[in-house]
Amino acid sequence: MNFGAIQIEKKQVVSLRSKILNTVMFVLLGLAFSSVLIIAVGFNPIAVYSKMISYSYLNLRGINGSIKAGLPLMLCGLSVSIAFKMNLNNIGAEGQYAMGAILGGAFALFGPELPIPVRLMVMFLLCAIGGGLWAMIAALLKAYWNVNETMVTLMQNYIALLFMDYLCYGPWMAKKQTTPISEPIPKGMYLPNIGNTGINSGVLVAIAIAALLYIFLKYTTAGYQIEVIRNSRKSAEYAGINVRRYILIVLGLSGAIAGLAGFVQITGVVHRVQAQLPGGSGYTGIVIAYLSKFNPIAVIIVSILMGGLENSCAAVQIMGVPSQIATMLQGSIMISVIAGEFFNHYKISFSKNNMISQNKTEGVAQ
Amino acid sequence: MTAFITSICAAAIVYAVSILYAAIGEIFSQRAGIMNLGIEGIMLMGAVSGFLTVYNTSNLVLALIAVILVGALLGLIFAFLTVTLGADQTVCGMAFLIFGSGLSGFIGKNVTGIASSVKFEKINIPLLSEIPVIGDIFFKQDLLVYFMYLIVPLSIFYIYRTRPGMILRALGENPAALDAAGINVFALRYAYVIFGCAMTAISGACISLSYTNFWNEGMTGGKGWIAFSLVAFSRWNPAGAALGALLFGAISIIGINMQIYLPGIPSQFYGMLPYIATVVAFIMTTGSFRKKPTEEPAALCQKYDREDR
Repeated sequence: MNFGAIQIEKKQVVSLRSKILNTVMFVLLGLAFSSVLIIAVGFNPIAVYSKMISYSYLNLRGINGSIKAGLPLMLCGLSVSIAFKMNLNNIGAEGQYAMGAILGGAFALFGPELPIPVRLMVMFLLCAIGGGLWAMIAALLKAYWNVNETMVTLMQNYIALLFMDYLCYGPWMAKKQTTPISEPIPKGMYLPNIGNTGINSGVLVAIAIAALLYIFLKYTTAGYQIEVIRNSRKSAEYAGINVRRYILIVLGLSGAIAGLAGFVQITGVVHRVQAQLPGGSGYTGIVIAYLSKFNPIAVIIVSILMGGLENSCAAVQIMGVPSQIATMLQGSIMISVIAGEFFNHYKISFSKNNMISQNKTEGVAQ
Repeated sequence: MTAFITSICAAAIVYAVSILYAAIGEIFSQRAGIMNLGIEGIMLMGAVSGFLTVYNTSNLVLALIAVILVGALLGLIFAFLTVTLGADQTVCGMAFLIFGSGLSGFIGKNVTGIASSVKFEKINIPLLSEIPVIGDIFFKQDLLVYFMYLIVPLSIFYIYRTRPGMILRALGENPAALDAAGINVFALRYAYVIFGCAMTAISGACISLSYTNFWNEGMTGGKGWIAFSLVAFSRWNPAGAALGALLFGAISIIGINMQIYLPGIPSQFYGMLPYIATVVAFIMTTGSFRKKPTEEPAALCQKYDREDR
């Protein structure tokens, strides 16, 4: 393509370094774009940003807080990543998280008195099953009737959250409480911090799952076949890959991982079930998965950054900045990075020579 | 009893119109080959920008202009990403969903829950409103509803009976053929995406300026997604969308009313009704067990790149 002095060429190979550089550049561009909106509402963006950064990332307490807030985000990000890896647009991490929390939470609150490690294990499994089964509804519809999973998973979010509301305002509501929260889970089931770092050991769960996913996607036949399906469903079918089975496996796995966000959040952070527990983590998971280009290791890092972003709202709220700034920033960063994707695949060059040569050819044509 | 039924029908129309603007906008956008999943976010932006204008100026005309401009601006950005840069439409839609819900909450924080002094009031149309039952249902509504009475037939006429409408249908089926015929595919797609987003924003305004007269974070509560599902449900036909919207409207209004008569069932379960109905309708109309084809535009969700031709 030629636009006068600007030349656009398709790039064949993109190095990892230029990918990361591109993402970082467009994240900054997204922040610059948001600063216009922040000015429009009447705040000084430099003051807001510097306050947010110094609160969340520049001191040990802030970093600890970022990791804590990033904990459920990691699992939601991983959940969305694996689904997107096969072009399955699972935007139901929010609802799968809620269903995992409900099933696991029911066991933690009302389950039999077993030894603590057993109880934690059972709860872990139930959270995964809750999320996985909830995703399986969309997976079955997609696999057998080719019903768009985006629509179904999203509607399921609303249904799951309403069900959670019902439980927390109704039968599970703690005595002498006016807020929709349950009684706390047994003390023994609280996940401890790692040493005296103040970092909850739930992080280890997330990192372990990220590592397993990385190995699964990179070094197993199944991972390779998922890659084939992602690139072309038709050629995968031609090669004899059972696409239907993979839809069930991948969406089920995706839901199970989102359900585990319920496990770490209940045992590691809030220690009870409460209405609106996911609080938008499932949607933030989409942003995280996209920014980390579906790489499980990158998901962990980006989640901590996003956790910090959500925490830092509290710091700027004192200045009167609405807390919704976090979601807004996530959205504009994502839009900006989507635009940046174009420059990963195309090379744009400005050259005077080219203009001259083009003018010449145009002259000839005339 | 008659009064009760007419009041339910009238309320169902109000509900239907609030999703129908978005659904018709999305029909145009999808027929042009661009799927916009961000309806919910754009509706929220429409709702908040309309409310903020009314709150500050008490002028409904100005508010409607602001809503359309905000919708068009978002449409321009969406078109730039999907048409010019060829970005993945699904991912873009999700980004708009998140951006729209975040930004609307951000700029609307200070006016949350405050009632505005003006909103689109019900207007009785002379003579027509005096027809028993029908008059009560159809002709005691507000302006946004009356506009919709015109938009539905006009959009059907446009899509199926005019030359630009024929080009629009081709745009979503075979853009390469149109391009070869000398029609600017990119410009047309821009136009329809912008139109679709402006309509979607008006849907949001229906909620904050007519259905209620206040703004609340996330107040669309999934209506954007119901509108999205209506598009496939209607087979990309505004008439079908209107019927579907009335159906969803009736289901939710009946749900709300049932709550009064059967208070034994927790309200959350009534709240689930529209979402369950949406999923069921979506499965029924798009599931591959159907014998008939879905009539989905063939080039939907595919970027048009001249070099790939």
